[in-house]
Amino acid sequence: MLSTPALVLAMMLFSLGLVGLLSRRNILYMLLSLEIMLNAASLAFIAGGARWGQVDGEIMFLFILTLAAAEVSVALGIVLQLSYRFHTLDVDAFSEMKG
Amino acid sequence: METLFYIAAAVTVLATLRVITHVHAVHALLYLVVALIALALIFYLLGAQFAAALEIIIYGGAIMVLFIFVVMLLGPLAVEQERTWLTPGTWVGPGILALVLLGEVGYLIAVGDHLPVTVSEARQKGVSIALYGPYIIGVELASMLLLPGLIGAYHLGRRVSKESR
Amino acid sequence: MISLLWLIPALPLAGFLVLALFGGRFTRQQVAWVGCGSVGTAAFTTALVGWEFFQGFPDHESYHQTLWNWIDTSGLTVGVSWYLDALSLLMVAVITGIGFLIHLYSAEYMAGDEGYARFFAYMNLFVAAMLTLVLADNLLLLYLGWEGVGLCSYLLIGFWYREPEYGTAAQKAFIVTRIGDTAFAIGLFILFTQLKSLSIQQVQSLATEAWPVGSNLATIVAVLFLIGAVGKSAQLPLQVWLPDAMAGPTPVSALIHAATMVTAGVYLIARMHHLFALAPLVQEVIAVIGLATLLLAATSALVQQDIKRVLAYSTMSQIGYMFLALGVGAWSAALFHFLTHSCFKALLFLAAGSVIKSLHHEQNIFWMGGLRRHLPWTFWTFLIGAAAMSGIPLITSGFYSKDWILWSVWSSPLSHRWIWYGALLGAMLTGLYSFRLIFRVFFGEVRTQPTGEPGLAMRVPLVVLAFLALTVGFLEMPHTLGNVTLFSQYLSHALPTMELLPGMDESSETREQLAVTVSALLGIGLAAILFLPGSNFSRRGADLSTGRPLVTLLQSGWGFDRLYDRACVRPWFLLTRNPGELLDRGYEWLTVGAESCHRWMSHTQTGHVRWYAATVVVGTLVLLGLFAM
Repeated sequence: MLSTPALVLAMMLFSLGLVGLLSRRNILYMLLSLEIMLNAASLAFIAGGARWGQVDGEIMFLFILTLAAAEVSVALGIVLQLSYRFHTLDVDAFSEMKG
Repeated sequence: METLFYIAAAVTVLATLRVITHVHAVHALLYLVVALIALALIFYLLGAQFAAALEIIIYGGAIMVLFIFVVMLLGPLAVEQERTWLTPGTWVGPGILALVLLGEVGYLIAVGDHLPVTVSEARQKGVSIALYGPYIIGVELASMLLLPGLIGAYHLGRRVSKESR
Repeated sequence: MISLLWLIPALPLAGFLVLALFGGRFTRQQVAWVGCGSVGTAAFTTALVGWEFFQGFPDHESYHQTLWNWIDTSGLTVGVSWYLDALSLLMVAVITGIGFLIHLYSAEYMAGDEGYARFFAYMNLFVAAMLTLVLADNLLLLYLGWEGVGLCSYLLIGFWYREPEYGTAAQKAFIVTRIGDTAFAIGLFILFTQLKSLSIQQVQSLATEAWPVGSNLATIVAVLFLIGAVGKSAQLPLQVWLPDAMAGPTPVSALIHAATMVTAGVYLIARMHHLFALAPLVQEVIAVIGLATLLLAATSALVQQDIKRVLAYSTMSQIGYMFLALGVGAWSAALFHFLTHSCFKALLFLAAGSVIKSLHHEQNIFWMGGLRRHLPWTFWTFLIGAAAMSGIPLITSGFYSKDWILWSVWSSPLSHRWIWYGALLGAMLTGLYSFRLIFRVFFGEVRTQPTGEPGLAMRVPLVVLAFLALTVGFLEMPHTLGNVTLFSQYLSHALPTMELLPGMDESSETREQLAVTVSALLGIGLAAILFLPGSNFSRRGADLSTGRPLVTLLQSGWGFDRLYDRACVRPWFLLTRNPGELLDRGYEWLTVGAESCHRWMSHTQTGHVRWYAATVVVGTLVLLGLFAM
């Protein structure tokens, strides 16, 4: 009964995360937006699981959680390296390509 | 119950909005924690109690603490610069994109067929059995993902990197 | 014991692998031990297997051994399996026995060469491939050996690869034989699609059941196989590669281009005799090809100046005799000539190698002479070889085999009288060119001072082969002389015996033999008149010297090289030159297009993370939009 509104909520959160990812230049905020999007995806899975009365949704949530943990630890390491090397968190400054 | 859900949903959306618009990193993180806790409530309402607990412990706890550590390691952040970067113009394009996306998915959800929700009461047992039964390979893969994550974080997190730019 | 059959090809292969992998680290002596030892043990194993085979003979006419499945798909099962019968045992015995003698000879002949280990590695690989060819139970494995010997031939002709000419000769041999091999492969495809089998025995019984005599399919397959055999055995019209193949070291010429590989075509036709029996027209063509090649090669051999080229043309000519015998249905006679020819031609090449080595790699017979006294061992063995090749009656093996062929040609229902006259003329020419060599090289005054006789490792093979060249013939003697039929009895279990025309009796055989004897002696006598130093013709220096158009034509092997150059090579070059550029332009456009696309696309690679994220989002939107529609 709540799964359709939960799905809509998930979509709203995902869109917000997307807006944040695309509009912020600070890499830290981009990571936060990424976390929001991951959470939205988890919510969609949970809502789906509730909708069909199956456990798979929650298992997917667990996998997303694992993925997020691994991703955050590596991404934050990269953020630290970037700030050491470029002395800024501006993603646009990190480009060294000629294209 | 429905009221609870809508309140939590509203809190989540508002807190998320603050996260992506805030110029102060620590404030943004606190808003994100609020959003996560509200999301955990929604999980609970959807019958996923275990997921709700994990959301608070791991997301709201462990992962956010990681972020806060990094913010502290990075030192004082230039709030003024953040404010100049956040001109209204930068919002237009992403905002339109996100609206289109929302519209499309909303349309898909609206036209989809609706079946009555059946929430089974004792699902946690099922989750555990499924996790270590048919999904055991997923568990193994997750562990294989976490180990490189650990090593990668250790390697990347070192302050002095030996290779030059 | 007979189950050791797999060892026979495995041992030379192992020798090749050891030499190819570790040859660089071995001393010369070790290389020689491995190279000769592997073939020697293979020869020894052959003796054991042959002994056991004879114990059960003729109750067990063939022995079959499957090692493993090579290819196993639906409808096609090909095993690595060996088939031993009287025919393949004969081939194996010649390959390992004579192969071992030639390896032994090479150990000394090649001693000063820097590619010593490489040489023995190639030679061992060749022996392994040749044994695979003759022992193969199915046509695919036979084809593997067939291509393997072709590869080794290429590698060994171009052994001294620093000389561009030798490389060209190697390529020529490879490409020309490739024409035949392609035809052979197409023949295999047709056989398989029609009969659903590649096993040699099975295919032949199926073909005999399925196809009537003279049917189109049988003729087509037989023609394709014949083209393959013609390419490998250097018969008309694919004979042009053999004279140039003499660029390789002399032991290579002895082993590959005289004793074994070039007779693979003879083996193939004999092995597939049931198939060829279904196509009498093709058999007639075989006889005509044999006759034409033997005359063409014999006349060319008359005027060559290079000692090895003389021998190369003589090889072509002798294989022409074998084809002639196959063509008239005298299978056993062809194989008997193969056996005697392997002995005396290997002997001639090895003796020629000994001459060449002692004259500091001088190969022109006009710079030789008077070697009789300086190189007595070489002289006597060469003389025995030449006598066997020209068929001096009664004492040499060549007489018995050639006489058997000529008698078969005379008495076969498949033959014509004019073919016999041609073959008789060939016998005379054989004597003429063989003794031209003897008189030029070993008589008269010394023109180049030789360094002396070869050592023991070279002398032993010469003596053994000389002994064989004299005595092998006694395995089979005609009715009029001794009537020994050991060889034909032995082979009659693998090959059909020939029917005689009615009215062929001993008196006609005696007359025929007299004709053969007279023609051979006539050739030798003519050689003595023309070329023996001190004779009238010789004193006038008239050794068919260069300059005259006929001689030039003969020296170039009847101008086939020029003909092929005009008819095939040049038109092809012409064809590829101008339109080729047009074709190239198409490909150039392709590269230009790819480059401009790449330049255009590289603009999207900005390095801006948010740009990438935005493109991902746009892509997702497009996909979702398609989905929503």
